[in-house]
Amino acid sequence: MSDMEEHDERVFRLTRRKALKGLALGIGTMVLPAKDASASVWESFFQKHFRELGRLERQKILARLEKEYSAQYKKSVRVKDTPPPEGVLFGYALDLSRCVGCRRCVYGCVTENNQSRDPQIHWIKVLRLSKERGVDLEHSEQYYNPATVPQEGYFYMPVQCQQCENPPCTKVCPVQATWKETDGIVVVDYNWCIGCRYCMAACPYGARHFNWKKPGLPAGDMNPETHYLGNRPRPVGVVEKCTFCMQRTREPDGHYPACLEVCPVGARKFGNLLDPTSEIRNVIENKRVFILKEDLNTQPKFYYFYSV
Amino acid sequence: MQKVWAFVRGCLLLLGKGSKLYYAWLSALMVLIAIGVFAYANQLYNGLIVTAMRDQVSWGFYISNFTFTVGVAAAAILLVIPAYVYHWKPIKEIAILGELVAVSAMVVCLLFVTVDIGRPDRFWHLIPKIGILNFPQSLLAWDVVVLNTYLVLNFGIASYMLYSYYYRREPNMKYVFPLLMFSIPAAISIHTVTAFLYNGLAARPFWNASILAPRFLASAFCSGPAGMILMFQVVRKWTNIEIKDKAIFKIAELIAYAMFINLFLLGAELFKEYYSDTVHLAPVKYLYQGLDGHSDLVSFIWTATIFNLTAFFLFLIPQTRENYVTLNIGCVLMFIGVYIEKGMGLVIPGFVPDVLGDFYEYSPTGTEIMVSIGIWATGLLVFTLLMRIAVPIMNGDFHVGEDGVKPHIGDQLFLVRKRVAVEEEDLDSP
Amino acid sequence: MFDMAEAARREFWLSPPKMESDESYMVPPPPFTEGIFPCSECHKEMRPNPKRRELKEEHTNIQLKNHAEKERWCLDCHDMNNRDKLRLVSGEQIDFTESYRLCGQCHGDKYRDWKTGIHGKRTGQWNGKKQYLLCAHCHNPHNPRFKELQPKPPPMRPENIR
Repeated sequence: MSDMEEHDERVFRLTRRKALKGLALGIGTMVLPAKDASASVWESFFQKHFRELGRLERQKILARLEKEYSAQYKKSVRVKDTPPPEGVLFGYALDLSRCVGCRRCVYGCVTENNQSRDPQIHWIKVLRLSKERGVDLEHSEQYYNPATVPQEGYFYMPVQCQQCENPPCTKVCPVQATWKETDGIVVVDYNWCIGCRYCMAACPYGARHFNWKKPGLPAGDMNPETHYLGNRPRPVGVVEKCTFCMQRTREPDGHYPACLEVCPVGARKFGNLLDPTSEIRNVIENKRVFILKEDLNTQPKFYYFYSV
Repeated sequence: MQKVWAFVRGCLLLLGKGSKLYYAWLSALMVLIAIGVFAYANQLYNGLIVTAMRDQVSWGFYISNFTFTVGVAAAAILLVIPAYVYHWKPIKEIAILGELVAVSAMVVCLLFVTVDIGRPDRFWHLIPKIGILNFPQSLLAWDVVVLNTYLVLNFGIASYMLYSYYYRREPNMKYVFPLLMFSIPAAISIHTVTAFLYNGLAARPFWNASILAPRFLASAFCSGPAGMILMFQVVRKWTNIEIKDKAIFKIAELIAYAMFINLFLLGAELFKEYYSDTVHLAPVKYLYQGLDGHSDLVSFIWTATIFNLTAFFLFLIPQTRENYVTLNIGCVLMFIGVYIEKGMGLVIPGFVPDVLGDFYEYSPTGTEIMVSIGIWATGLLVFTLLMRIAVPIMNGDFHVGEDGVKPHIGDQLFLVRKRVAVEEEDLDSP
Repeated sequence: MFDMAEAARREFWLSPPKMESDESYMVPPPPFTEGIFPCSECHKEMRPNPKRRELKEEHTNIQLKNHAEKERWCLDCHDMNNRDKLRLVSGEQIDFTESYRLCGQCHGDKYRDWKTGIHGKRTGQWNGKKQYLLCAHCHNPHNPRFKELQPKPPPMRPENIR
């Protein structure tokens, strides 16, 4: 947004504020709370696409959301809009010779990213595959539940958003509510998505999840450190997905994603693909690496590898 | 402009008049619509959780119905082509009915999409300029464009022609003819685009076959016209309009060809999948044989296949085609057959097994069925109301009065059993 | 027998400790059994016995298993004279916080991968300070085979999500 437009907006807002003041005086203080609430509803209804927002509009929206969430979850919630860091292309690698299929990552992700507990939404699916068949998705099993893992004769493959360079999901969205950011993360504007679920049909990795119902997120379990395009609480009827924990990874002191930190076997690796000295580059250059469904030309930035 | 207003007022006046049967029929539809509205309100309140759709099978009964109905709408050109390209009189007389079928089918289509989306309140995001329509990237954006164009086009042509007849003029073909010609590629495009919507998804091998669009078109020319033949007979029997046998039999003949192509393309697809026996065979196996103990769709698809084959032979053989008993059996079989094959039989196997090999057997919930019934009833209501206006106009029972302002309504009843009596009455009043 | 070190190891996986120092390989404290370190507390009073034998009075819970137990025993890795240190083949004494050098003597490939972040686990900042887990945080040095874990509950089947 240009300065001119910003100026215009400010002028507009000032006059509107005056008008509102007059209105408020007329109506009296009694009805103010109700008016406030409905104003918030209308503001979110008419909210523009995230990428079309000016700086001021954005700040206003974040402030509104913070207020709403803080009231709802009874804690001080932060909603960031940290942009993609310069010169960074995020990549992820997962060591199939280490993963034991314990699902710590699944629940670590749920906690960090404020997924709905009821109905259950998991951004990570851990597939159990037989060593005999190899990576044969049709014979994979997600619901395995033995006393202990790993089980003899099986290996495990966690699948989450592969942050494709050529994402089929963003292409099909009829309203551009989902797109790939410059750091390679595919994001969703939860306030713009119309819930048609075309992207879910287009995703070859089952990485997109729909809020079939108002998400059930107990206030006590809510992670108050959020990103607008990432782990902030989602409304009903929209699609959500893994963002490589952008509320952590995009910060200047970028922390590893939650799934990586919770992994008990150190099977998960993360870093900047553009940095030749990064762990992730080291893995890609020195280990046997493959990407899932390579033939679809989605060009995932999620690499599976064998360290031995 | 005044004339248009007079026409609209006349139409509204006409819609309020009719036999007891007409009112009973409208009331019955209203009841069904009310049920649908009630079910949809429940869905809006609770979210799509009240449907059986889940992440694994993220489209279900609504989108299946949508896909089928697009086909019905596209079928109108099966009347437009013989009528206006080949100027074949028996069909030209009723071509306008085909357009009205298309309009009603389009309404049904758009309603099915609307009830399927999670945030109908954000529908305005799809409107170019106000929202963001991802055109030309998203095939769904294309679909929004072509479906609405097709709706406006057919509604425009039909209403202009009816408007002209109402004022006892021949429609100016200089305007209508290009639009009619444009409606032919438009009809093909709504179906092609809907097919491409599925076709373009490499993630779903069941849909990612280039034969899908031709199959869609071929099956559309079966189901739509089959429905129309049944509808024409009902309309012919209960209202004052005349539809020639010749026209009906010609449509039936065209259906036979379309069904042959449809079956041939299906065979080609099945051959490729089974003979090459790749991992992409899984959804086909799930549909036709059942896979790993999951076989909910198997009985349905075989019913559809048998129905389609039977109907094909009934339409192919002139003796059975031109016998109303067998013809109607054929129409019913074909309508149901294609409804299964191109509805649930097309949408669900795209999701089963899902992209990671999980099996979730989808079958619609009561809410989904009630909402769908409500939408179909809305379509029938729209069609009935359109027919209420079109039939008397085409019969000359509804036109502008002597004073050039007030409408003349000759047909006060519309839906009646004893046609002959009405005709005699009509003879009395010149 | 309840192994405290094993419990500490498991505890560690679920909540990795925060960084403490600025060294090149920042490692959390080695996973000692509670109250066992410094070893010299007890050992300074005792006379070292270099003879290979089965321990009968102390450290009975430590069993060398799946780790070349026929070829080796305690004093191959623990320094005989300074029990608070580990001992490399070269005779160099190292701290427990540097135990990776000891392990790396035999497992060169793993050591190399560990140093570049492929083997093992790092926490902290992907673009900055990291903490490296020691080999011993995940592998009990006396029985390094990875222990089986109880998996977290499977996801709900779509049929059951209502």
